Amino acid sequence: MTTKMITLTIDGIQVTVPEGTNIVDAAKKAGIDIPVFCYHPKMHPVGMCRMCLVEVGRPVIDRATGEFVRNEDGSLKIQFNPKLETGCTTPVSEGMVVINTSDKVKRGRKDILEFLLTSHPLDCPICDKGGECPLQDLTMAHGPGTSRFLFDEKKHLLKHTPLGELIYLDQERCIQCGRCVRFQDELVDDPVIGFSQRGRSLQIVTFSEPGFDSIFSGNTTDICPVGALTTADFRFGARPWELNAAASICHQCPVGCNLTLNVRREAAAGGKVVIKRVMPRQNEWVNEIWICDKGRFGYHYTESTERLTQPLVRKGGELSPVSWEEALEVVAERFRQAGENLLSVAGGRLSNEDFFNLRKLTEGIGGRTALYTQMGGGDLVALAGMPQGSNLGELGKGDAILVIASDLHQEAPIWWLRVKQAAERGATLIVALPRPNRLDKFAQHVLRYRYGEESGLILAMINALSAKRPELPGKVNALWREAEVQIAAKAFAEAQNAVIFFGSEGVGLAKGLAYRLRKPLPRPAPTCSR
Amino acid sequence: MKRPYLLLRHRDIPDLNDLAVYRQHGGFEAFRKAVTTLQPNEVVEMVKASGLRGRGGAGFPTGLKWSFIDNKNWPHYVVANADESEPGTFKDREIMEGNPFQFLEGLMIASYAVQANVAYIYLRGEFWQLAHQLDRRIQQLHSAALLGDRLFGTEYSLRIYTHLGAGAYICGEETALLESLEGKLGQPRLRPPFPPAVGLFGKPTIVNNVETLANVPLIIERGAEWYRSFGTEKSPGVKIFCLSGRVNRPGNYELPLGTTFRELIFEHGKGIPDGKQIKAIMAAGASSALIVADQRALDTPMDYESVPSLGAQLGSASIIVIDETVSMDWLIRKTIHFFQHESCGKCTPCREGTYWMKHIIDRIHRGEASQNDVELLYDVASQMRGKCLCALGEFSIEAVLSAIERFPQDFEARVAQREPAL
Repeated sequence: MTTKMITLTIDGIQVTVPEGTNIVDAAKKAGIDIPVFCYHPKMHPVGMCRMCLVEVGRPVIDRATGEFVRNEDGSLKIQFNPKLETGCTTPVSEGMVVINTSDKVKRGRKDILEFLLTSHPLDCPICDKGGECPLQDLTMAHGPGTSRFLFDEKKHLLKHTPLGELIYLDQERCIQCGRCVRFQDELVDDPVIGFSQRGRSLQIVTFSEPGFDSIFSGNTTDICPVGALTTADFRFGARPWELNAAASICHQCPVGCNLTLNVRREAAAGGKVVIKRVMPRQNEWVNEIWICDKGRFGYHYTESTERLTQPLVRKGGELSPVSWEEALEVVAERFRQAGENLLSVAGGRLSNEDFFNLRKLTEGIGGRTALYTQMGGGDLVALAGMPQGSNLGELGKGDAILVIASDLHQEAPIWWLRVKQAAERGATLIVALPRPNRLDKFAQHVLRYRYGEESGLILAMINALSAKRPELPGKVNALWREAEVQIAAKAFAEAQNAVIFFGSEGVGLAKGLAYRLRKPLPRPAPTCSR
Repeated sequence: MKRPYLLLRHRDIPDLNDLAVYRQHGGFEAFRKAVTTLQPNEVVEMVKASGLRGRGGAGFPTGLKWSFIDNKNWPHYVVANADESEPGTFKDREIMEGNPFQFLEGLMIASYAVQANVAYIYLRGEFWQLAHQLDRRIQQLHSAALLGDRLFGTEYSLRIYTHLGAGAYICGEETALLESLEGKLGQPRLRPPFPPAVGLFGKPTIVNNVETLANVPLIIERGAEWYRSFGTEKSPGVKIFCLSGRVNRPGNYELPLGTTFRELIFEHGKGIPDGKQIKAIMAAGASSALIVADQRALDTPMDYESVPSLGAQLGSASIIVIDETVSMDWLIRKTIHFFQHESCGKCTPCREGTYWMKHIIDRIHRGEASQNDVELLYDVASQMRGKCLCALGEFSIEAVLSAIERFPQDFEARVAQREPAL
């Protein structure tokens, strides 16, 4: 099924987008920026902040004929809405004309910004967001230069409210856009924060115990368009313009989320470079723009004084510090000596590039490599590989995901998020785990087995699909006759694309069997595991 | 001879809030007629033909609203909007106290018309006593087999539940009402989609005002033609006008739509006390633009088409009379404080604009302001216009703009006075 395409004009630029696209996203495609606060492309629009107001005209349709009415020169007759419309909540329609640069639109934006700034404390000089703040940027671009609101009539609210251990709220800076509330509810299924009170007293509160009880909470500080939400570990730590960005990969779990490490040299650290904060780096194939709190806050071990910070070489039974050059010489010499007896063992948390280089290095000498799977890597990746083109973000209707022996929410939070989203897009999700878990509610098929019997379950699924149905132990036979197992196996086999997540709770034999599950599929399934 | 009451029938018939008395006077025959002899769409067509328009304020044709219900998505719900929160409005309360069964019957017929098996009555929190009374009456209807399963031996079943709000004006806005009814924070939703497509719990829903529903049994019983014999062509029927403010006899007056302001205020309301002159009229409670009460205005018929010619709306017909003793800065200070207190805070212009206006009008009223502040107040109100998410914000400026435009002398006097007013 192909999506219907809609052609519209924005500031004279013609653009064609799929039906259902909103004006803000359509404008982006035409290279036109419509300013927003509450809208976020990863979430449903709500039209609360009113920043994206634009002039919208639609072709007049003759009610009798259903045809577009034309002007004398043959152009479409356009009727403009006397009121400005919110671009984020208005879907495009054929022949629509959007004006983003008229005086009326500019005036509207200035008005909204003036309203927003009446309550905002304008404490940019001490605000962590200062320098990377959408409110600052949009005020510079569209706002009034001065305020007609009397400064001492501003409402004063609490400025240091801990929502939980990790996130602080500055109630004065909040512009009530609700991005954080919607992120927690819509995206990560942890609706633990919400709005309380009303009017100018409307503010974010947490209603979980402990506060802001979510493993994704740090992301709300990234999407907060002002300095209302800050992290406990970065607030007042540094100014954004003092920091350098270093691209990195998270190694807390096998997802490999792309990170930006914000670093600077500090006198307190003896002039060394220290990490001031960790932020997600956009990679739509891996982590989109999200990371979990482990990845964001778990870097503080780098500050440990116990940490090995320089190479040591054992000399006469004692470990003594040496230069990198000397240490690398020693390693190279040992490698040469080992030759084809070299075995390098790597854990599953390294990046693909690290694995590639290590393998090249080892095999160049004639040695062998091994993946140490108990560290959170996976046999299945080594067995089946992660085929080119595997993108969790593209899985949807017609595809299937089998999660077996893994509690993804605990083991690999971003995979949990992306599997959940794929299921919401219509992918068939099969979750097999001995206990209830956070993925169950999004799954079409939930299969329970007893701890240690994942091989039996997979055998049962293979048997349910096989014409020969080899004789199996009684228990397994009972399993594959279960209707739910048969239906799930069939649903999996019928999928266009399929992914198997095999978790660290499974035993080795079952991994091999899981690999076989991909056989009955019309196309080899991209398979990964941890 | 005086015309018998149609909606406030309890004023003619004692103890009409007793089920037995209501049934003696033909009660629930319209519901029986609808369920046993009419198809749901025939009921909708009858209400359409009657020209009945929503009495909650918007005046939207009721039958047309019912016909918008999405028949591809089930179940359907009907919600009675009994949040009656507009300052100066007190009609639904009298109906629910004095003539509750006529309202309930209307709700039941509406439910049948859109094939809803569950209906809710959303009452403002202060109406808790009314909610208890309605609960008891709903129980009585169950005992009398007028509610419950397989009514009159047909396949149709209906249950009604009451729900109390927690004291927010915004929950009278139909989508905020639905949010509140779902147990969420009372904030309006984006429209479209409108409730007949996506309403309560995401299902097609009809939200009707109490007074609107109280009209329905009459239409089914006596027909659309009869109903059209009251009121005007485009605003048929009778309306309860809530008269308050500076009048000798405030109260609810049931009159045909199209009655003039003069008749309501001077004939029924017995004029202005202490021999004072009438100065202005608010026709739609606090959400109203101020009408200059000149001869033309007084002779204007109160219906949905005529009142806009005065730069105002009929709304819920809460007619607040203002006499010459009232200064408009005092008046709009009241309305601004009200809207500032009741703004839900969801959209920027209303949340910040009402708060800003409150500070300016307080300064003006304290006699600390200059003409520049009056102009600033006008500017702030103007820049809210057309930008708010729902009608609350849009209506909060009506009184402000019209007061400054139509009664500039009041503000000039206040600015010149520079002394605190009463």
